[in-house]
Amino acid sequence: MTAVAVRKSAPAAGSTPGTAQGPPRRPRRSRAGLLPSAALLLGAAYCLLPVIWVVVAATKGSDELFSTFTFLPGTGFADNLGDLTAYRDGVFWQWMVNSGFYAGCGALLSTAVSAVSGYALAMYRFRGREALFNILLAGVLMPPVILAVPQYLLLAKVELTDSYLSVLLPLILSPYGVYLARIYAAAAVPADVVEAARMDGAGEWRIFTRIGLPMMVPGLVTVFLFQFTAIWNNFLLPYIMLGDDEKFPITLGLFTLLAQGSNQPSLYTLVITGALLAVVPLIALFLVVQRFWSLDLLSGAVKS
Amino acid sequence: MVLFLLFFALPIGYAGYLSLRKVEIKGLGLGHGARQEVWAGLANYTDALTDSELLDGALRVLGYGAIVVPVMLGLALVLALLLDTDRIRLASFSRLAIFLPYAIPGVVAALLWGFLYLPAVSPFAYLLEGVGLSQPDLLDGAPLYGALANIAVWGGTGFNMIVIYTSLRAIPVEVYEAARLDGCTPLQIALRIKIPMVAPSLVLTFFFSIIATLQVFAEPTTLKPLTNSVSTTWSPLMKVYQDAFVKGDIHAAAAEAVLIAAATLLLSFGFLRLANSRTKQGASQ
Repeated sequence: MTAVAVRKSAPAAGSTPGTAQGPPRRPRRSRAGLLPSAALLLGAAYCLLPVIWVVVAATKGSDELFSTFTFLPGTGFADNLGDLTAYRDGVFWQWMVNSGFYAGCGALLSTAVSAVSGYALAMYRFRGREALFNILLAGVLMPPVILAVPQYLLLAKVELTDSYLSVLLPLILSPYGVYLARIYAAAAVPADVVEAARMDGAGEWRIFTRIGLPMMVPGLVTVFLFQFTAIWNNFLLPYIMLGDDEKFPITLGLFTLLAQGSNQPSLYTLVITGALLAVVPLIALFLVVQRFWSLDLLSGAVKS
Repeated sequence: MVLFLLFFALPIGYAGYLSLRKVEIKGLGLGHGARQEVWAGLANYTDALTDSELLDGALRVLGYGAIVVPVMLGLALVLALLLDTDRIRLASFSRLAIFLPYAIPGVVAALLWGFLYLPAVSPFAYLLEGVGLSQPDLLDGAPLYGALANIAVWGGTGFNMIVIYTSLRAIPVEVYEAARLDGCTPLQIALRIKIPMVAPSLVLTFFFSIIATLQVFAEPTTLKPLTNSVSTTWSPLMKVYQDAFVKGDIHAAAAEAVLIAAATLLLSFGFLRLANSRTKQGASQ
């Protein structure tokens, strides 16, 4: 075998396409990588297809949408955008703002809660800790549906349904977030450092904010992103909780728009343009912060 | 000590919150209505279990899951193994592109594919027309399962691929070197070393996929306006919604929700036990 241990460097080389080819004097090996590369690119094409389509389709006017070839760009993007903004006095942008609010606030709060409780679960030994952790694990596995209906009923009792809080409150405690935070805290914050700080007379809160928290940041970024995506993409909870479309997040708004489209096909172009705009912030977020993703956390979570 | 108590009390508070929610469900499931406090016993459950709509929905979703889970995880595994091979070109581009659908809401995914299925928009219909064929209706009858499954596969493959890929990367390089010295081909390495070593994460992705699949809600709900063949009770979860908020029968809906959750946990834990006993057998051999 001529193969040498270049394994770990291969994906890194792939990020700079021009240099990804093997040394020219060994053409045999570079051909060997061609088939897997092609297969991967095929997978990538499959995943990108609908995204490319929505970009193209958003440029089509309603007369072009059903008459021109799928991937032929149209001429109506500015019109679509204008129509979408004009639709019901800009309710679309209200939905976008709502989604940003739900996802931003919800993810921030639930990351904070996850950080504190994950740290506590990892660092302190107290009675019932294991029981508590097991309850949390059960929470991770609990289907959200079983919670959504009683949550609605509970919130209805305190007259909070159909409000911003009704979507935000149930999301603050995320068992999955706490679970990830605990695993990360246990791995990233050495117990003897905490012990040493205690010896030096630092208070527990001070130890947490000055030592624990900074060490947990990469893990918490992951938790935040998970939560942000989960909340932005959430459909069931707002669908159940909200009735007033001024408070809808974008997923629910697009859904109602699509449902109306079956009576008024002219709305379809608005739905498509809206879908494109709804996807842009998340994709941008992912591209910007993908470097900070602690994906090892995922496999760490998988292993334990 | 005060802070310790705070840390201690806070999670207990959450636990209380969680358990409260569970108690609520049980109370409601047994028929403790706010207005009429009638002890219904297990009537709601027997009603739900004999409800043909719910059972049909469960069968539909099982059929759908039987497509989604194997295809999605098979694809995810193959793509992860490919990513982990030597000399892949454009690897980070492919990885990012395949992961991209994870960032797209289920509603939007269903919407995009829904349009792509419509013959007037679909590029496949365009190509088929070019050779004089017409596209079958993808949103009716048996193809509907494929159409819905495709949306889930599209949305979920990337995430699972990343999970598997990360655990592949955690395998020490020395293992491969040893295998190569023993004359293993890359295919043999993949089948005999990589797959067994990432088996735990495969089990876990299976586990979560089953849970997610059985609760499919957003996708069929979104496709509903585009076709008549998705009924309002297509999946069990849609039936729960229908009962709770359209019919206003929260007790029946609560009982159904409990049943779905129980069935989901039963299925996924059943799978986990099966997988565990298999791994143990494999280890003892």
